[in-house]
Amino acid sequence: MVRQADQSDALSIAEAVLARALGAGATEAEVLVMSDDQALTRFANSEIHQNVAETSVSVNLRFVLGRRIATASTGRIDEAGLAAVVHRASAIARTCEELADWAGLPEPDPAGPSSGLAAAYAASTADATPELRAEGARAVIAAADDQGVLAYGSFSTGREAIAVANSKGIRSYEERTAAQLLTVHMSPDGGTGYAERAATDVTNIDPEGIGREAAARAKATDNAISMPAGEYPVVLEPYAVVDILDMLGYVGFSGLAVEEGRSFSEPGRRVGSDLVTIIDDGANTSGLPMTFDYEGVRKERVVLIENGVCRDVVYDAQTAARAGRRSTGHGLPAPNSYGPFPLNMVMSHGSTPREELIAGIDRGLLVTRFHYTNPVHPKLAIITGMTRDGTFLIENGEIVAPVRNLRFTQSYLDALAGVSAVGRELRTLRGSFGAVVVPALRIDAWSFTGTTEH
Amino acid sequence: MRRATVLGSRPDMRDLTDRALNTANGLGAGYADVRIVRRREESIAIKSGRLEGVASGETEGFGVRVLVDGAWGFASSHHLDLGEADRVAALAVRIARASATALRTPVALDDRPPAQGRFETPVQEDPFTIPIERKIGHLMEADRAAGAVRGISFTESSYGAQREEKTFAASDGSYTEQAITHVGAAVEANAIDGDEHQRRSYPDAGGGWAAAGYEYIRGLNLAGNAERYADEAVQLLTAPQCPSGSKTIVLDPSQLYMQVHESCGHPTELDRVYGTEASYAGTSFLTTDKLDEGFRYGSDLVTIVADATAPLGMGTFGWDDEGVAAQSVPLIQNGILAGYLTSRETAPRIGRASGGAMRADGWNRIPLIRMTNINLLPVDGMSLDDIVADTDDGLYLDTNRSWSIDDRRLNFQFATEIAYEIKGGRRGRMFKNPTYTGITYEFWRSCDAVGDASSYVMLGTPNCGKGEPSQGAHVGHGVSGARFRNVQVGVGKW
Repeated sequence: MVRQADQSDALSIAEAVLARALGAGATEAEVLVMSDDQALTRFANSEIHQNVAETSVSVNLRFVLGRRIATASTGRIDEAGLAAVVHRASAIARTCEELADWAGLPEPDPAGPSSGLAAAYAASTADATPELRAEGARAVIAAADDQGVLAYGSFSTGREAIAVANSKGIRSYEERTAAQLLTVHMSPDGGTGYAERAATDVTNIDPEGIGREAAARAKATDNAISMPAGEYPVVLEPYAVVDILDMLGYVGFSGLAVEEGRSFSEPGRRVGSDLVTIIDDGANTSGLPMTFDYEGVRKERVVLIENGVCRDVVYDAQTAARAGRRSTGHGLPAPNSYGPFPLNMVMSHGSTPREELIAGIDRGLLVTRFHYTNPVHPKLAIITGMTRDGTFLIENGEIVAPVRNLRFTQSYLDALAGVSAVGRELRTLRGSFGAVVVPALRIDAWSFTGTTEH
Repeated sequence: MRRATVLGSRPDMRDLTDRALNTANGLGAGYADVRIVRRREESIAIKSGRLEGVASGETEGFGVRVLVDGAWGFASSHHLDLGEADRVAALAVRIARASATALRTPVALDDRPPAQGRFETPVQEDPFTIPIERKIGHLMEADRAAGAVRGISFTESSYGAQREEKTFAASDGSYTEQAITHVGAAVEANAIDGDEHQRRSYPDAGGGWAAAGYEYIRGLNLAGNAERYADEAVQLLTAPQCPSGSKTIVLDPSQLYMQVHESCGHPTELDRVYGTEASYAGTSFLTTDKLDEGFRYGSDLVTIVADATAPLGMGTFGWDDEGVAAQSVPLIQNGILAGYLTSRETAPRIGRASGGAMRADGWNRIPLIRMTNINLLPVDGMSLDDIVADTDDGLYLDTNRSWSIDDRRLNFQFATEIAYEIKGGRRGRMFKNPTYTGITYEFWRSCDAVGDASSYVMLGTPNCGKGEPSQGAHVGHGVSGARFRNVQVGVGKW
């Protein structure tokens, strides 16, 4: 349930700054206020070694003078700080060049102000204590102890109040919470295993279960064998699939990437097998929901890839105007030369149980997770990275041995084209840029290009 | 939960640090420190001649770090207020007591003299007092010069400046003040034809950055170099694919600094070695037994230091965020592992005092072991041009394009924006999409030439990520260029 006290606080600051900006001569203005309470308990070598909490606020003002646009932000919300942020934005706007194709700030939603999804907020997360996080860490560590391995991970809980007010009449407010528990378990015999969950409600996270999952994987990867680089069919666990969506969002699912000719996405272009459907849906309650973007625009459900075929990309107010479209509600905080981004991607599940994903491979690899991936050729979505924390050899449909980590250099588009089965279960995880809901995948060919020593 | 309401006036900084330390100590902290950080930032972004964004930002707040019964706690707030100092210090102590419920080895810090004094980055032209329209004009001139080249699809140019004013106080009597200024700028030219997308960046991918004033930006001469780099981006569209195989490569400083960053800087972070970053960035192959045994990291030509006193370096400061004075620490001496990047907590475990590498990304983050300026020292004998002239058959790789390395910092793969063929000691035609890969210590052992001081330059990155919650760091790398033999070039299928 939305807390009315915070709504009045964040919105009242936004409206006060908006009034000051208009009073200072702005022809348009937008104020984004984000108020955060975040905490994270970190453990390594099966003990808590870092444990932090933060109370912060930021006020971001987009000040428009005709076609001159300036942005100023501050973390000071005393009178002097708020006056200064307006003064700085106004001073810059009066001296900078015009943006010839400025399309104006977004208009309010005809359906009314965005006042937040109840599903985006859980009081249990907002009120989580250091003691609760420590209890979760101890449960993960206990699961590691049971298997004779060590735990390395983090347990975070946070609450954010976000308000957007602009001179066109947008008034958007939401309180959001998020919790995440992840762990890497490491065995004295070289095995490592990963497990993670993310949720709006911290009570939906089972620390003991996560600890057991990681511990079992760590023990199973003890004394790994070496495999030569080469092309293998793979089963990717959801932890690895997250990276595919992250990277495709980064290199291709944005209206700006399309405008600049650096995206692979063209409506109607087939890039994946029929089994591949990816959408962005801020209202999906199995993810970490968001009702509106950082311009206060209500998030639309955008079908990015449907049954393997590119359908659409996401837009913010400016990229949408230049494309003759309406914003889909995917703007990031101004100034944003990076462009819009899908922060709530969901990959549709299939019907295949995990064991049948594995059973469908004669000789290949099961990959738990990728590490340190980076685009080598963004337009072809060629990515390099390493496997990590649980890689296994599959023979005749069964896991037969743990495998030392491998480097891959692989087009993620080719990977989508090679999807031959999709897991029936979805996991909610934190990607690099937002929440991602993904299944496991079986992919017919994956290009491993190097090996390492562990 | 604290409400985001408009706040009142602010206290004197010394009063606030005293208050936080007294409260923490009164509640049982055996050690406490507090940092008040004010950060001012300015940025300009131009795309294809359009002024996409001009931003001015400022944040401020304080963080209190405490040790209670050997367990760490940290809390922070944007609200500079004496009452808030009490709340935050008490929360830090409560968090430390929660940490103590899952503690196996109590933390012990090394001894160091209390830190006292003030440090400022030397700045000739204060970047924050130069009129914004003048800075926009300089950047726009460069962007339009790149965009005017026929065949360029889009350009991106950026400028950034940051000043951090930091007050540090600790329960041992330390009290320091620092004002650290960093500036950076870049112009990037992109050429696209079908699925081929080529980019050239000047002076570096992501920008040339330094601890300096606006005089550094002027010295880059962005406008004077933009057209040449844009020309290369267009030419790359029709250049041959970089050949594959085991090759001799010469790394320009614009790529070599990233090689040092990923395969020397990160593995020598002692917190990674001890596993405390395992859940995110990973660990390190460089276990401490290798220090005892004199592990051969590279060839005799490879000497690397962590020097927090180097001019222009973004890892230069007066004291780290534990109050340890800036110093130069040998990491690799003539190819042999000589030390690590350390903190007051980790250094005693290898029998040393902290080398002063604890740095925090602002008031709301704890200090972590971070790179300072990780410098591959130049070697007298051959200039970078001499090294090329001394190479019969090889590739000259310039400007980092992508990077990746495994979680123990062994298997790496890099791509650069461009490769030039070297034949008979001369740099010739260009190749597109070069990549190379290797194993860290094998690669550094294959180094058979390091450039002399004539090409030595301080580069760096403003976005080195580490930690949970995530932190970015500005780090420096002094490099002069180097040659490596038998390197696997060309990875993956195109």
